[in-house]
Amino acid sequence: MMRLPPFRYVAPKTAREAARVLADHGSEAMPVAGGTDLYPNMKRRQMEPKVVVGLRGVAEMTGIAANGGLRLGALATLTEVAEHRDVLARSPVVSRAAGLVSSPPLRNAGTIGGNLCVDTRCNYYNQSEFWRASIGYCMKKDGDVCLVAPGSHTCWALSSSDTAPVMIALDAEVTLVGPEGERRIPVRSLYGHDGIDYLAKKREEILTEIHVPDRSGWRATYRKLRRRGSIDFPILGVAAAVRMSGEVVEEARIVLGAVQVSPVEAADAAEFLRGKRLDGETIEMAAGIAYKPAKPLDNADLAYAWRKRMARIEVGRALRELAGLPTGDLPAVVV
Amino acid sequence: MADEKLSVIGRSLVKVDAAAKVAGQTIFADDLVLPRMACAKILRSPHPHARIRAIDVSRAAAHPGVLATLVGTELPIPFGILPVSQDEHALCPDKVRFVGDGVAAVAAVDEETAEAACRRIDVDYEVLPPLMSVDEALARPDARIHEYGPHGNVHKEVSFDFGDVEEGFREADHVREDTFFFEGNTHLPMEQHAAVAACGPDGKLTLWSSTQTPHYVHRALAKVLEMSPAHIRVIACPNGGGFGGKSDPFGHEIVVCKLSMKTGRPVKITLTREEVFYCHRGRHPVKMWIKTGVKKDGTITAMHFRSALDGGGYGSYGVASLYYTGALQTVTYRIPRYKFEGVRVFTNKPPCGPKRGHGTPQPRYALECHIDKLCADLGLDPARWRRENTLPPNTITANQMRVRTIGLAACFDHVVSRSGWKEKRGKLGPGRGIGLAGSAYLTGAGLPIYWNAMPHSGVQIKVDRGGGVAIFCGSTDIGQGSDSLLAYVAAEELGIRPEDVRVVSADTDLTPVDLGSYSSRVTLMTGNAAIQAARKVRTQIFDAAARKLDVPASRLLAADRRIWDAADPSRSLSFAEAVVLAESEFGTLGAVGSYKPPKSVARWKGSGVGPSPTYSYSAAVVELSADRETGIVRVDKIWIAHDVGRALNPMLVLGQVEGSVYMGLGEALMEEQVFRKGLHKIPSMLEYKSPTTLDMPPVESILVETLDPEGPYGAKECGQGPLLPVIPAVANALYDALGIRIDEVPITPEKVLAALEGRYKSPQMPAFRWPETVVVPPLEPAVAVGEVRR
Repeated sequence: MMRLPPFRYVAPKTAREAARVLADHGSEAMPVAGGTDLYPNMKRRQMEPKVVVGLRGVAEMTGIAANGGLRLGALATLTEVAEHRDVLARSPVVSRAAGLVSSPPLRNAGTIGGNLCVDTRCNYYNQSEFWRASIGYCMKKDGDVCLVAPGSHTCWALSSSDTAPVMIALDAEVTLVGPEGERRIPVRSLYGHDGIDYLAKKREEILTEIHVPDRSGWRATYRKLRRRGSIDFPILGVAAAVRMSGEVVEEARIVLGAVQVSPVEAADAAEFLRGKRLDGETIEMAAGIAYKPAKPLDNADLAYAWRKRMARIEVGRALRELAGLPTGDLPAVVV
Repeated sequence: MADEKLSVIGRSLVKVDAAAKVAGQTIFADDLVLPRMACAKILRSPHPHARIRAIDVSRAAAHPGVLATLVGTELPIPFGILPVSQDEHALCPDKVRFVGDGVAAVAAVDEETAEAACRRIDVDYEVLPPLMSVDEALARPDARIHEYGPHGNVHKEVSFDFGDVEEGFREADHVREDTFFFEGNTHLPMEQHAAVAACGPDGKLTLWSSTQTPHYVHRALAKVLEMSPAHIRVIACPNGGGFGGKSDPFGHEIVVCKLSMKTGRPVKITLTREEVFYCHRGRHPVKMWIKTGVKKDGTITAMHFRSALDGGGYGSYGVASLYYTGALQTVTYRIPRYKFEGVRVFTNKPPCGPKRGHGTPQPRYALECHIDKLCADLGLDPARWRRENTLPPNTITANQMRVRTIGLAACFDHVVSRSGWKEKRGKLGPGRGIGLAGSAYLTGAGLPIYWNAMPHSGVQIKVDRGGGVAIFCGSTDIGQGSDSLLAYVAAEELGIRPEDVRVVSADTDLTPVDLGSYSSRVTLMTGNAAIQAARKVRTQIFDAAARKLDVPASRLLAADRRIWDAADPSRSLSFAEAVVLAESEFGTLGAVGSYKPPKSVARWKGSGVGPSPTYSYSAAVVELSADRETGIVRVDKIWIAHDVGRALNPMLVLGQVEGSVYMGLGEALMEEQVFRKGLHKIPSMLEYKSPTTLDMPPVESILVETLDPEGPYGAKECGQGPLLPVIPAVANALYDALGIRIDEVPITPEKVLAALEGRYKSPQMPAFRWPETVVVPPLEPAVAVGEVRR
């Protein structure tokens, strides 16, 4: 079987303490919450931290509370987020996205904070040490080239979070706790532009809380494209939200997941929608604008040209869903 | 069907190993822990094709905790499942042929240490050109992967003519040609292969392994280790799924034996999931060309079939796989003249071999799609065509296969009527469609893997004075229920309950030989052997009981743990009392039974692959929805009927049928056995896509019982056949839904969109000069083609 490399496990009681341990050990330390991402990656030697900082005992990072909006402790499991009464009532799209991550057993262990920070993915990188050595290491671990885009100076591993596009579309924020203090930033500022340094936070900062603002008056949805009904990471995620004034769009957000190294806001398409009626024709035009920044490459399931096409179709379907129009999805058939 | 005379057979009884399975207490090979046990790891080739210039294990040997190292030159004798393809080594002595080929091994105090030591083995490779497809391998005859075979990278080529097909095409009103590609896929058993070897101080060796074929592993060990088989014991542990992937003797099994001999300790190896992808032996990628002549009414005048198999790095079962791609086209519909040409080519990929349906799902897919296209050409209903052209029972086919009972027509009738085919075909509305296919499969290969005149399955039975029964057989339970079958047969014949029977199986020291769990042979062969053994011992018990009860033995029956006078139920003895009487009279009670298939009528060279005591038949209807914008296909329901002869345990048969449907759907729509830069692109259960339970549509299964005279209580196989019609039925339903043909599997969304937009290109056969054809003379008139024999 594949086995974990040796490491020292540290279990701090506060986020501040956790941040200090991370700061003390620099690049040799990594935090872990549910472990559904980190441990398999460690078994494949994609990550080899000497010190693993377990966050499970940090009480301040737990719990879900309604406070006008929602405050989600980063340690809330994806199952808790998917099933929580307040989340379902105030931000059902957050429940929906959390409930679409992986499979039930992994949602029972995996956390909302972990999903926002989930490592970027690439099928040249998410492989065993043996496989990566055989094909030649890539720049994300042990090598210096990008195997999917050999001319590139940066890594093209895909952002693979289901919840990140939704949080961005809702203008959510996160609390980051460092050794010296804490700060609060929008989720849209959490992500970088490189598949290696994919988080814009400092490496010792701990994501402790997610704050979802009150979005009454908005309609929002999340659509996930994947091969199977469970387990799979997204090969495309579309979060869309609109605030209507009568039949006219006052404000819109469209965020694409799994099409680049970070979630991509289709701001042009959102701007295009402003002040327009959400009819079929407008939606088609908005989708035609929204899918352009999608830059899928041959490093995930199914053909990348197809994935790019699907971004347009899925944005259109998401907006049709928000407009109350038929989405075009296959109707349920009971034979 | 429920038979009042039978109290065990035909009933949905619990499997004998069910309680342990659900309690998590089944002992698989990886669960074994022996005192002083060491762990082994194998260093594998990072190159698809390379010569080994030198291996230096000194740094590994010096690593703390290492007990022994091993390289290929220490085990120079080659092996392979087929006598004609002895082309594998336990570890490669001089050349590697795919990424993952074993190069060296280490035994150490634990697995981490063994793995760390493997990284300290220095191998000097001379990299050779990787040949990753049939076309590439044929284009480079100079870069030979193996030094044997007729020429270049051709492993085996065949051409047989059964009747003058050219004359048949001239007689036809319409001739159609199609080309298909079946991409191939892997077994994906839940249990990863594991093996434990223990060489005792007496020099005798025991191997526990997750294998479907302990007898063949036994032979390979004796050969490679140069030991007497008498000193080797192979025990097949319960397999956590096999599907054909554990049917070859494997290098890692030999490696742990040799390492145990070197260290004097038990040695264990458990493969990672990635290593299981490299062991492979899965479904061959096959390109196929098919040409058929038909009369206006659809009657076939001749068929010509070609197949080109991508064999991967070694022979494995490949010669048999090659013949199977041409063998069973003829056992479903009337085909008076038939020609088959086939070639298997070595490539630098994990070796292909037998996967559920072994070599027949690919041509069945091609044939059933081709038939639908012919029906479209002629304006015929494909259901009606199939029904009208189904072979009659007791037929000899053009390629001289003998068909016994055939429930195919009944299978078609069931799925057509249950699915509402007539009301639905062409009428389901946009994006929805329905498709049909039929198929056949062997119930056991007619010949063993190596030539011999001995039984294919042997059963020994021992009766205890207390009324208990122990039954011994080499057959291997891979989840299909062969241990349960042994208990059911003993219980049925002796009038006791399955829980009164102790089953001892798959242990070369303790059990008579059974050739293994492959070719759907176990129920028929082991079942018949078990009946024979049980009836022999029952005769002794009845004789003794008859004297005690003072009735003729012919009037006795065994039921409810008693021996009864059928004419006067007041006269009876308990089974245990009767046993005591019989043992007192005859001495220790026990008997053996054995089974060997009937001789094939075919005598042509190559006719060893295809004949079977009897064939199972299946038919499936698939109803699906397809999304024109995305190309995504969703199967909404499947109806499947299977001619199982007799369902010995209907619940287990239905489990096999539904499991086959699930596997077939994965092959039709998802599984991609693809390579990139010489490596398997996605060797993990997360990225190699196989359906989850959420992707499984409702399945309506219908069992058809034909009571075959060759089968135990009339039974035929059910473990492989029901997979076959699923794949073409999906393709045919997609045509009904969208009017498009994608002549390859898997059918992925991008291919659907390409076809809808006219961009889809049909597969092309590789350029290959087929060998001179062997014209097979017809059988003598007494067994002429198509004649009905009573």
